[in-house]
Amino acid sequence: MREAIIIEGLTRCFGQTTAIDRLDLRVGPGEVFGLLGPNGAGKTTTVRLLAGVLRASAGRAQVLGLDVATQAREIRSQVGVLTETPNLYESLTARDNLLLYGDLYGVPKDVLPQRVQDVLDEFGLSHRAEDLVGSYSKGMRQRLAITRALLHEPALLFLDEPTVGLDPAAARLVTDTIQELSRKDGRTVFLCTHNLDEAQRLCDRIGVIDQGRLLAVGAPRELARQLWQRVWVEIDLHGEPSAEVDQMVARMPTVLSRRMEGGRLLLEVADEEAIPEVVNAISGTRGRIYGVRAREHSLEEIYFEIQGGGRPTIGGRL
Amino acid sequence: MSWNWRAIWAIVRKDLKSVLKNKMVWLPMVLVPASLSVVLPMVTFILPSLFGPPTAETEDLAPLLEQIPAHLTSQIAGLSDLQQLAVLSSSYLVAPLFLIVPLIVSSVLAADSFAGERERKTLEALLYTPIADLELFVGKLLVGLLPAAGISLASFAVYSLVVNLSGYHIMRRIFFPPAAWWPLVFWVSPGVSVVGLGTTVLISSKVKTFMQAQQASGVLVLPIVFAMIGQVAGLFFMDTGLLLIAGAFVWLLGIWLIWIAARTFSRRELIARI
Repeated sequence: MREAIIIEGLTRCFGQTTAIDRLDLRVGPGEVFGLLGPNGAGKTTTVRLLAGVLRASAGRAQVLGLDVATQAREIRSQVGVLTETPNLYESLTARDNLLLYGDLYGVPKDVLPQRVQDVLDEFGLSHRAEDLVGSYSKGMRQRLAITRALLHEPALLFLDEPTVGLDPAAARLVTDTIQELSRKDGRTVFLCTHNLDEAQRLCDRIGVIDQGRLLAVGAPRELARQLWQRVWVEIDLHGEPSAEVDQMVARMPTVLSRRMEGGRLLLEVADEEAIPEVVNAISGTRGRIYGVRAREHSLEEIYFEIQGGGRPTIGGRL
Repeated sequence: MSWNWRAIWAIVRKDLKSVLKNKMVWLPMVLVPASLSVVLPMVTFILPSLFGPPTAETEDLAPLLEQIPAHLTSQIAGLSDLQQLAVLSSSYLVAPLFLIVPLIVSSVLAADSFAGERERKTLEALLYTPIADLELFVGKLLVGLLPAAGISLASFAVYSLVVNLSGYHIMRRIFFPPAAWWPLVFWVSPGVSVVGLGTTVLISSKVKTFMQAQQASGVLVLPIVFAMIGQVAGLFFMDTGLLLIAGAFVWLLGIWLIWIAARTFSRRELIARI
């Protein structure tokens, strides 16, 4: 199956400023990809380049097999974009907003009214469909904006900061919606965010961008493995380890340090491969193991390690 | 390129619906034509009747009458001084003011459609749709052009009615419109709309708000005021020939302005400024 997005050496300059600097990236079909970075890192510019509303200074990109430089209009008809601000017409009703965009996206006239009704129902907005959007809460506006981006059933969705400015409940609703879009409908989602929790919940892979340069790409776990070889393992023994277990663990060369935490034995091991070895050794001393869990690095730790380290592109499917 | 008229009309409908919901936009489009079409002729004809024969005005009319072209003199020959005043003031002297209607309507709507769209932060989502730059531009031009044409024609009809009704007690017949009004309404007036549109679109690309665009385009009223003063001062007089020439000039200017505006209207430029 073809890649949803292929980017090769994409560069965009505004005067002397390089907003996007030789970006290389591939996003697979059905994938939820998160582009993470601080404000001004180049996330929105990337979306604009990929949606064909901004011309690249150098490099090339394909979206859904179409060239962004020469087939921008076709790309725009096949992708949905959720902009950072909802961009809705507040003096129009929700239904009128959707009918307008249905016309602009070329949804067949005979199916448009029903399609509008369906998406309004799906996103729980039909009871307010005839109200002016100006009377909507921020969360409802964002939901309507997502609805608008989905109206023409795009294969690829660009979501630019979809939860910015929303209260936790509204943000949760939006992230649940995005999750469902990918899981249920198999759409490719390109998510730009600086919200790390959101990215952790939603993304199969992430890319970290700063000052227009892609610093790292990969699945969070994959990136963590490349950033930190050592792994912390929690072993639940239902209490303090016996002296026998303690001595045995202390003697193992792959165990680098150990301590008790919350009634669990916490071991720092050389790498993931050492985990079964440690478990076998404890079992061998008749230690009873009730649970084993490799402690994963949070996306926040990964992100700041990448940002702080200023590492070049590492691993992933570049 | 095949034109996507469905998308173009969607833009027109959307902008006009938005206009109807915004008092700041539609109020000047109602007040100006109403003042010029209803209030002005009523004041012209009814006030003199209420305050007695306008002798002073008829005395002032003498130097003006000396300067009007011969063919116009023949048109008002045989009329009383008051009737001459009625014909000249309603049909010729205030005629340039009528051009304010298409100008105001087109520039207010263009300012709302171009600068207002950006100000309301609704432009970006529009730029992500498949509509072509030129289709979006044409849609937004029609938003200004069609109501300007409609309101101008309606104002002309109302003005004709009010002038004939309120001047009937002086003229004792239907006397409006004279021949020169036809090129004014159907040739110069749409040209003025196009000039208003072109200028406002160009101004809108440089300013940030609807109000700034509207205020800056207000300067377009000045040539119309000068035209009226020129007539009153006897520098020239509105007749069919002059209107056909003036209309051609206005159309050329308008088309040139629209051409420049169309060339600079690019989503890549627009999005870079958001």
